[in-house]
Amino acid sequence: MSQDPTVRVERWTLQSRISILAAAIILAILATGPFFFGNNAIDKLTTLFIYVILAVTWNALAGYGGLVSVGQQAFFGLGAYAAVRLADAGLNVYVSLVLAAVIIAAVSLPISSFMLRLRGGEFAIGMWVVAELCHLLVNLDSLVQGETGTSLIALNAYDADTRHALNYWVALGSMTAILVILFVLLRSRIGSAIQAIRDNEEAAASLGVRVMGTKRIIYVFAAFGAALAGALWLSTAITFQPKTYFGVQWTAYMIFMVLVGGLGTFEGAILGALIFFLIETWFGGSGVWYLIGLGATALVFSLFVPRGIWGWLERRFGLGLLPLGYRILGVPSATRMQTPDDGGIGAAPSVGTP
Amino acid sequence: MMIWVNQIVQGILLGGYYAVIACGLSFMFSVMRMINLAHGSLAIVAAFALYVLADQYGFNPFSALILVLPAMAVLGWVLQRTILERSQRGGMLVPILSTFGLSIVLDNLLFEQFGADTRSLAPFIDELSYDSWTITDDLYIGKLAALTFVAAVVILGGLQLFLTRTQLGRSIRATAEDPDTVGLIGINAKRVNAAAAAIALVTVGIAGAFLGMRATFDAYAGGPQLIFAFEAAVIGGAGSLWGTLIGGIVLGVAQSLGAQISPQGFLITGHIVFLAVLFGRLHLDTIGTKFRKTVRRSA
Amino acid sequence: MSLLEIRNLDVRHGLLQAVRGVDLSVEKGETIALVGANGAGKTTLLRAIAGAHLPAGGNVRFGGTDITLVPSHSRVGLGIALVPEGRRLFSQMTVEENLILARSAGRKGPWTLDRVFEAFPNLVPRRKAKAGNLSGGEQQATAIGRALMTNPEILLLDEVSLGLSPLAVDRVYASLDTLIHGGTTIVLVEQDLRRAMRVADRIVCMLEGKIVLEGKRGEITREQVSEAYFGLGIAKGRLSA
Repeated sequence: MSQDPTVRVERWTLQSRISILAAAIILAILATGPFFFGNNAIDKLTTLFIYVILAVTWNALAGYGGLVSVGQQAFFGLGAYAAVRLADAGLNVYVSLVLAAVIIAAVSLPISSFMLRLRGGEFAIGMWVVAELCHLLVNLDSLVQGETGTSLIALNAYDADTRHALNYWVALGSMTAILVILFVLLRSRIGSAIQAIRDNEEAAASLGVRVMGTKRIIYVFAAFGAALAGALWLSTAITFQPKTYFGVQWTAYMIFMVLVGGLGTFEGAILGALIFFLIETWFGGSGVWYLIGLGATALVFSLFVPRGIWGWLERRFGLGLLPLGYRILGVPSATRMQTPDDGGIGAAPSVGTP
Repeated sequence: MMIWVNQIVQGILLGGYYAVIACGLSFMFSVMRMINLAHGSLAIVAAFALYVLADQYGFNPFSALILVLPAMAVLGWVLQRTILERSQRGGMLVPILSTFGLSIVLDNLLFEQFGADTRSLAPFIDELSYDSWTITDDLYIGKLAALTFVAAVVILGGLQLFLTRTQLGRSIRATAEDPDTVGLIGINAKRVNAAAAAIALVTVGIAGAFLGMRATFDAYAGGPQLIFAFEAAVIGGAGSLWGTLIGGIVLGVAQSLGAQISPQGFLITGHIVFLAVLFGRLHLDTIGTKFRKTVRRSA
Repeated sequence: MSLLEIRNLDVRHGLLQAVRGVDLSVEKGETIALVGANGAGKTTLLRAIAGAHLPAGGNVRFGGTDITLVPSHSRVGLGIALVPEGRRLFSQMTVEENLILARSAGRKGPWTLDRVFEAFPNLVPRRKAKAGNLSGGEQQATAIGRALMTNPEILLLDEVSLGLSPLAVDRVYASLDTLIHGGTTIVLVEQDLRRAMRVADRIVCMLEGKIVLEGKRGEITREQVSEAYFGLGIAKGRLSA
């Protein structure tokens, strides 16, 4: 096909160039946020950034790695706990937050070699067991004092305004870093391996794709993201109560964001986080019915819209904001490659527009 | 010394309860190749149903089962035909996501209805909840715990007989093995799976009853019950009926001994033993594969 | 009226069209052999008749009723039974259990457990053995017995001799002979042309999803079938039955 002069493979479409530029501009504008917004708005946006981190990393695990975990709260809680411990040891609070995530990512490596042997539902609940165990073990720490918890007292070193602004910038920086890392990962050789595994694990293995190694990279990346989110959450909430951080509701939020936004799509996870953020802002006050609504929405999306809103948009309008897929131009329509349309997640479409 | 013996005995009896709650999970896994993450929440739904019947209408929890178990069977049938069947068509990930969504809905609906208070069925079964046979000064056997254990054996034995001796049971086994072929001999695989889900939920209902009688529960108690059921099923070898009893006993004894060490030891030891068994099995598999490879190479 | 009437049938596997516009009528009591190269669409056609693959177009009538969209398990109840390629026994279950399972459709008729064991005496000592532990010939006998237990009006046999020793094939065909002479309607897929032409009343040859030749035994020659088999005889047109 490559000899055919009318065929061109394009990665950077005009649309994707504009999108990347737009993303950079939006991030730059956001970076000036603390100079214009009040503390309340700053806090809200900080929360949104944390949600984006959670959604994007859970999506990397489930949407790209095919690993549905209902135990990412293990890393979320451990991230916060490690930050408490590091700050208690006298390290600068904000250094503690980031270092905590790095440490937990390292901790997740041995866990991965064990958990990744499990499949499907076994992996899902197995991770939940790990989260429960982490929760119980953290409770044993005398600093935490069981469910009573503790606080990130070291934050008192900063006055309120500075603290809000620093939280905001660290969260924004973390989110940007996570997005850039995933973007680079997906465009690298690992990205092709990830997509091959997602589409058909056995076929990928037979083609020489290092399935285990690739999955491990995704797993550690997802653990890093969850731990970072947990540490950042601690910086805004200040108090550390194990029950809150190790709660399975975090998984519920992640599943909701990714399913609604679009499982296995880069843009979809961000969209999902934004939608979740708005829904929480509007309906979060309605308590239990809000949670029932979240669960029901996740259920309905998993059954009827398994590719989420972004997946639907992508199909409907041929959108592809980021240069993650390949666009083949000039192929006669009769021989154009077709994406199997089975409605299943197991054979999700390739990233971008096929 | 006697204290430890007692803890082991209590652990074995507790294993009976875990076998009851695990067998439905294991059964659905072996027939439909899916893990129902709403399993624990459904047991709590049954427990609350029994509580309402006992508290508001004066039913004895055992006689209330006559109403609750058929209702659970219907629920299982409807669940399979509306949600699970559809989710299974979507690949391997969808059943996990949809049943997790369902568990969130169930948990919070229960919370909406019953609030945060913990409930128990113990007040409605009078002395059965605390009566025991004393063997020695340090060793006693609770009547309810013994009843639960016997129920576990009866349920597992009954399921075994049902699967081997009845046409529906054989159809379930055949569908589990090759769902695409059963249609060719006149078996409606969808109906068989719905029947299997109904049976699984009957056992879930029974588990809910025993949970309610031996302990307290609240709207969010489903998650831990799912984890215990999963641990027992996996330790016993997922999909094996009598394995769940062994898995339940291993889990129960581990927890019971752990509790003797420290109050937090109950849950921690259970999880650690589960992970250790899993780890050991995975490693044995690797060693086994390596061994076979070596044998093949030298042959 | 024919027992089975297929009109303009199209069956797809995803993008691949395995059966293209097939017309075929099967009379009561007839034995038809479907021949053709690998990938000609024989297995797909049988599976479409049994309802294991729903067609993309055309229709199937059985005993005068349109069954095009009827699922496979209901077709068994109407009297259509398929012995699938590769036998597809429930390997964890015993021979007896495999046979008893086929009672599920609830069709009454001459075939009972005893009759099947009478027809396949080699299965009698293996009654309680797991189907997965049987020899190829025994497995094939069990698969045919299982189909017979549904008391079918039409029996579809897919490659019953595949993977069997010549001796076992002879034995399977010996028992099929009794069925054929007993008046059971049979459509069988057979790679061995010689054998196919010996047992069948009519030969139907498929190529690339289409029927390219059909004719009664004695009215067509092996050479004609061989030509059609490899797509050489299309120009000569169809021999009507």
